[in-house]
Amino acid sequence: MSTTLPTNSSQETLPAQAPVVAFQHVSIAFEENVVLEDISFSIAPGETRVLLGPAGVGKSVLLKIALGLLKPDLGAVTLLGNSIARMPEQQLFALRARSGMVFQEGALFDSLTVRDNVAYQLIQERVPDEEIDARVHESLRFVGLEQTFSQYPSSLSGGMRRRVAIARALIRQPELILYDSPTGGLDPVTSTQIISLLVKQRDVHRTPSIMVTHRLQDAFALSTNRWDAEQEQMVPLPKGEIDPNTTYMMLEDGRLIFDGSLLELLNSTDPFVRDFLA
Amino acid sequence: MAGLMAFDRIDITAKKIVLTVQDYSVFAWRAMGNFFRPPIYWSDFLLQSDIIGVGSLSIVMLSGLSTGGVLALQSASTLAAFGATAITGQFVSLTMIRELGPVLTGVMVSGRNASSMASELGSMVVTEQIDAMRALGVDPLRKLVTPRIFASVFMLFFLTIVADASGILGGAAVTVFMNHQNGTQYFSQAYEHLRYPDIVQGLVKPLFFGYILSSIGCFYGLRTTGGTQGVGRSTIQAVVVSSVLIIFVDFMLTQVLLALFPYAL
Repeated sequence: MSTTLPTNSSQETLPAQAPVVAFQHVSIAFEENVVLEDISFSIAPGETRVLLGPAGVGKSVLLKIALGLLKPDLGAVTLLGNSIARMPEQQLFALRARSGMVFQEGALFDSLTVRDNVAYQLIQERVPDEEIDARVHESLRFVGLEQTFSQYPSSLSGGMRRRVAIARALIRQPELILYDSPTGGLDPVTSTQIISLLVKQRDVHRTPSIMVTHRLQDAFALSTNRWDAEQEQMVPLPKGEIDPNTTYMMLEDGRLIFDGSLLELLNSTDPFVRDFLA
Repeated sequence: MAGLMAFDRIDITAKKIVLTVQDYSVFAWRAMGNFFRPPIYWSDFLLQSDIIGVGSLSIVMLSGLSTGGVLALQSASTLAAFGATAITGQFVSLTMIRELGPVLTGVMVSGRNASSMASELGSMVVTEQIDAMRALGVDPLRKLVTPRIFASVFMLFFLTIVADASGILGGAAVTVFMNHQNGTQYFSQAYEHLRYPDIVQGLVKPLFFGYILSSIGCFYGLRTTGGTQGVGRSTIQAVVVSSVLIIFVDFMLTQVLLALFPYAL
């Protein structure tokens, strides 16, 4: 099974150590309701960040701000070396095309086939049909769903839809991937399948990413597993080892109350963190 | 105290209306401007032209036929009092071409298509498909709204001609088969008294109406909030606002066109 996705030759490269995403004192409110308050963090190249927190705490809003889908009221946001907090929508489209996002329920276009969903960006760029088909097959093979090529999203299960959404986000080999609760509402077996895809993408392509979740088992699985290219599956790291590039953040009522490694998270004395982990 | 609360409520409502008008103006201007800058999604334009134009053909023909027939029935009894039943053809054709054809087509297509645009785009909003499109680097305004607006403007022009022709035929059928008058006289009256300003007036209006119904339908669709209930709300708002606006703009346009083409009086 091939794990190599085609690269996007047109993209501009980011300076080696520059953060892929950086938030500086970002706040946003919807009418009277403050959703995020004074959020600051950054993502280094090759880093995977897991954003934890209970439902309704502002995790999805943070992801949308990172991609410029929402504008913060205060603060600065840098995406792939560009300041986007005040950037006009027209300029943001080109920047977003270099990133990938997997939405909570997949957000597949229900009137299009799986092929057209996965190839959506390529179709808009008028890539020849033969190349589109080859790249869609490759992307679907990556998520183990090549057989769904001609099907419509309505005929797929919830887990399959998420995997198609991952294939869509990966087809242009993005420089950043944002996963919004990719395992939310799925059974444990399907959740493990999705997490193994995230680990595969992390270890094979070293793509920086943010994964939003409130499920601790999924969050910890990213740190305690690696992708074995020979066995073509996710395998546990040796006892006591964790992935050094996977770190954690936690939100409480719109404020970032934790930012650190898995060990720091497990040893945190913050009462909210302790409660969340309990 | 109660007076102050009522005043606050009026103040908030007025601000909301002003903000909505402002948002709509920016939205409509950007959507129109997109048609003159690449990329232009021609395949979406053709698809929407088929949905809006061909799809609305039957309801436009039926409503045109019925309206023309009713005009002939109603006018015949009134004109008979003055011994002027011979001008039924003139009455029906002028009324259909100058006024009822464009307005009727606008309202009928608004009921069918502004609602479908609002519900389709609204569903895409609540299922995050619009955000997904933006995240994939595609402008939803350019991809979804602009083709719908220009397809509506383009097709409403031709649908109005169909409605006019159907109305005149409906009037002819009533005149000949129910009022037992001369068909040749009906058609010659219908044709001879038509002037270019009448036709210009009748074919300028659908351009405005097509723009109104599609831009309002898309605007309310993309503003949808509150899940599936919100989609229903957007659909109702789109149909109500576009229908009322079509009738109001018709009144304004008629005054302007009558001033521009006084001969039509």
